[in-house]
Amino acid sequence: MVKELLVILISSSLVNNVVLSQFLGLCPFLGVSKKTDTATGMGVAVIFVITLASAVAGAIYKYILVPLDITYLQTIVFILVIAALVQFVEMFLKKFIPSLYQSLGVYLPLITTNCAVLGVALTNVQKNYGIGTGIVNGFATAVGFTISIVILAGIREKMTYNDIPESFKGMPIVLVTAGLMAIAFCGFSGLL
Amino acid sequence: MNSAKERLVNGIIKENPTFVLMLGMCPTLAVTTSAINGLGMGLTTMVVLALSNVFISLLRNIIPDKVRIPAFIVIIASFVTVVELLLQGFLPFLYDALGIYIPLIVVNCIILGRAEAYAYKNPVLPSLFDGIGMGLGFSVALTCIGAVRELLGAGELFGIHVMPESFVPVSIFIMAPGAFFVLALLTAIQNKVKINGEKKGKDMSKIQSGCNSDCMNCSDSGCTHRLYDEKVTKEDEKNG
Repeated sequence: MVKELLVILISSSLVNNVVLSQFLGLCPFLGVSKKTDTATGMGVAVIFVITLASAVAGAIYKYILVPLDITYLQTIVFILVIAALVQFVEMFLKKFIPSLYQSLGVYLPLITTNCAVLGVALTNVQKNYGIGTGIVNGFATAVGFTISIVILAGIREKMTYNDIPESFKGMPIVLVTAGLMAIAFCGFSGLL
Repeated sequence: MNSAKERLVNGIIKENPTFVLMLGMCPTLAVTTSAINGLGMGLTTMVVLALSNVFISLLRNIIPDKVRIPAFIVIIASFVTVVELLLQGFLPFLYDALGIYIPLIVVNCIILGRAEAYAYKNPVLPSLFDGIGMGLGFSVALTCIGAVRELLGAGELFGIHVMPESFVPVSIFIMAPGAFFVLALLTAIQNKVKINGEKKGKDMSKIQSGCNSDCMNCSDSGCTHRLYDEKVTKEDEKNG
């Protein structure tokens, strides 16, 4: 059991990195990676939301969709649950933990349409993970996202003073960087 | 019929969702390992886009303004589910190839963006053609990117070997990093066109770069940003 969870942990965070090999959550990956501290904030918010969302989605799938035999509605149910969950988390943090809201609040609304959240919920179902395993998978995926966005932000900070050809300024050079990072992450496939 | 033609041309060329607006990048990168996969994804998205546009346009006077985004999402998710089941039943090879990216069409910025920007404000027929035009534009773009990657990465085109024997496939192009490199070149070309156009004094404001400046752009065409803003202003009003 422990070994299986460890394999999921490594495979979801490094080998099958959510951004660099699955291309999910590209918008925040490219958009919020200008500075390391905002990238870290975004990463923490994503870890929080994805872990919570995989727990809730897993529970709803197991205790509502399967008994009622309506698993084909999973896409509709999951997207609504995630959207509601993010709004709820935002309200909860604002009311009860204002300090955390100060640091994570701005990132939360950006996460609703983040395809990584829905992607993880659907992967958990597709791979027949239980609720516990699903939570571990969600956490690992989000950690993978955080690792890659923080690394990209670090590289982008270093690149600000570089002389980049005019047409490669902005998005293209970031994508080239992401591509090189993806090559580096290919190296992790030897881990498993 | 002029407006229909105008919508089609608009979607395929003037406001091509991939090459001009840079929307829906996740599926663009993920499924373009071959031309046929790109085409399949493009056409699947087109069907969903056209159907959801028609439905949202039909219901535009019934859906209250405040809950329009959740309503759009439910409509889009329903059509995605329908299309997913149809693919599973009739085109299983495509279903296997596209995998998890079929249900993820729900969160494709293009669909929510068109619902918000066009279908919610316009009659049924133009909305239908807007959906088809945008969908075709997306299909053309995905097929092109897929063809380039397949040609360089495997020396094939639509599964048929076309490159000479001496050509050594650069397999990195069909792997994940290749997607980033192809998109990087694409955006560089787009930047070049934009810079040249601006030098000549043309209006190039239409050329966007999706998530370029910040994430807000993506959610702008989607929903969260506006939803969030509205909520904030409402709460501000309440507070004083």
